Amino acid sequence: MPIVTTANLVPNLFDAKTIKASGTRDGYGAALVELGKQDPRVVVLCADLSESTRSHLFQKAFPERYVQIGVAEQNLITVGAGLSAAGKIPFMASYAAFAPGRCWEQIRTTFGYNHLHGIVAGAHAGVSVGPDGATHQAVEDIATMRTIASCTVLAPSDAVRAKQATMATLSEPHLWYIRFGRDKYPVFTTEQTPFAPGKAELFYTGNDVTVIACGPLVYEALQAAHQLEQQGIGVEVIDATTVKPLDVETIIKSVRKTNAVVTAEEATVIGGLGGAVAEALGQHYPAPLEYVGMQDCYGQSGTAEELLETYHMKAVDIVGAIHRVIKRKRA
Amino acid sequence: MERLTDLKTLRLKANDIRMDLLKALVAANSGHTAGPLGMADVFTALFFNVANFNPAEPHWPERDRIVLSNGHICPVLYTTMAHAGFFPKEELMTLRKLGTRLQGHPHRETLPGLENTSGPLGSGTSQAAGMALAFKMDKTNQHVWCLTSDGEQQEGNTWEGVMFAAAKHLDNLTVIMDRNYIQIDGNTEDIMPLDPLADKYRSFNWNVLEVDGHNMEALIDAMNQSKHMHDKPTLILADVVPGKGVSFMQNDYVWHGKPPTKDELAKALVELTAERTLIEQDHIQ
Repeated sequence: MPIVTTANLVPNLFDAKTIKASGTRDGYGAALVELGKQDPRVVVLCADLSESTRSHLFQKAFPERYVQIGVAEQNLITVGAGLSAAGKIPFMASYAAFAPGRCWEQIRTTFGYNHLHGIVAGAHAGVSVGPDGATHQAVEDIATMRTIASCTVLAPSDAVRAKQATMATLSEPHLWYIRFGRDKYPVFTTEQTPFAPGKAELFYTGNDVTVIACGPLVYEALQAAHQLEQQGIGVEVIDATTVKPLDVETIIKSVRKTNAVVTAEEATVIGGLGGAVAEALGQHYPAPLEYVGMQDCYGQSGTAEELLETYHMKAVDIVGAIHRVIKRKRA
Repeated sequence: MERLTDLKTLRLKANDIRMDLLKALVAANSGHTAGPLGMADVFTALFFNVANFNPAEPHWPERDRIVLSNGHICPVLYTTMAHAGFFPKEELMTLRKLGTRLQGHPHRETLPGLENTSGPLGSGTSQAAGMALAFKMDKTNQHVWCLTSDGEQQEGNTWEGVMFAAAKHLDNLTVIMDRNYIQIDGNTEDIMPLDPLADKYRSFNWNVLEVDGHNMEALIDAMNQSKHMHDKPTLILADVVPGKGVSFMQNDYVWHGKPPTKDELAKALVELTAERTLIEQDHIQ
């Protein structure tokens, strides 16, 4: 099988019955507690969503370093900026629809422009929030945060990578944005799977098409690759947990081989990972590109599964995009 | 830094700062005039008598923090900082010019001594509250001073910060409000009424001290009093005359956002020089 062995993915990768499931937010919560032990500067702020953002795990462990903000996302960021300016490292969590959704200017001015160290954690990102509906389904967060100079944008693909990504935010003292989903997804990576901010990871190799994915759609992409392998189509799957700075080198190296690209994300393709990859290809190595993600639209109520199907973000949709892009390949 | 304790010396310092900030605004040929002139006495009292910092070591960890929330009045902040010795006074002439450390709205990273970036209104109180909370966590005895405008009380973020500071009992935070009743489009009570501001803050569980924003002695007293308040943050509601010291600018909102011409500067300096003489002769108390 063309699974990259050094990626150290779980052995039961395609066994739907035995693969474990967990939420990316659970990885965030676990990492907060470890970071709290490691570094006394770490403080956690939350805007009245402590359990659903998993901030409550830190609250339990370090109540004196936990700051309840109430329902006030602009204050979440600006109090965090004050704490950061006074030497703390704040983790600021809400739903992505509200932070960064309601406080983009505060994030830009206080953390971005000042290069202050702080981590904005956007939970319940994407349509898989489900029945809460479109008001609570942030699909624009990757795009809006990507435009802030000095901001690193992370969209971890499972709970293990969410923990790795959260742990990594202490490595550089600047602004970080991490998005998490609400739903439980297959945990397909392990703690031995390489992770470094700014580095994309190759999980599956093939010669015919490159799929670059982030968030829970990485697993969908792996399923698509697995299906197509049986049909003789070689799919390269790249995990772009770091959407910014995009690992252009790894991506272009793969596209030079495959000459066809599909991006997959649970976010708007305009300015999201799709937009980021288009920017890189346009500059370095133009190639046919198809986008899987939210196509300039809003979500609605439904189950996570129904919504991912409705908005064409499942493995079958990635397969369809792969067929389309292969047809567009230059002779 | 050596504190100035003599009231006459402080009044002369405020007069100096008014003249120098007007010169910087004329050199820049853009910027805000009324707010900086109005707040010169408050800045002088805070920087030269009350607050604890060291211009020779701007990053001294145990310093008080002075947070300017309404960044557009930065000409008075920069001029006060130059007089306090953070940087040479000649640099004031670079205000708003390409490559300057004196950005049109303050940028924390470019000028040592600036504690925050501001310009977008309504976020200073929260940032100051964050700093005050950090000092509470660390059990240090530092005070946070936040200078804010009346216009930015129209921002929702301000009230989120006001609620937060009271909830966390941040008695190491003093907010000093420039209550000058003007904003860009007109008088505050015509644009979006703010009164009764003292009652609003009291109802949010703050200590409120109302003071004449041009009475040096009263300003210093109020600031010192606020340092010893317990359990609650303090608002010093400073009754300020916008454009203070220049007769044709005072209380006229058109001077909110424009600089004087060279001729207007000359006239203003004549008035401020006359005021200086009156201070020297003890005619202004």
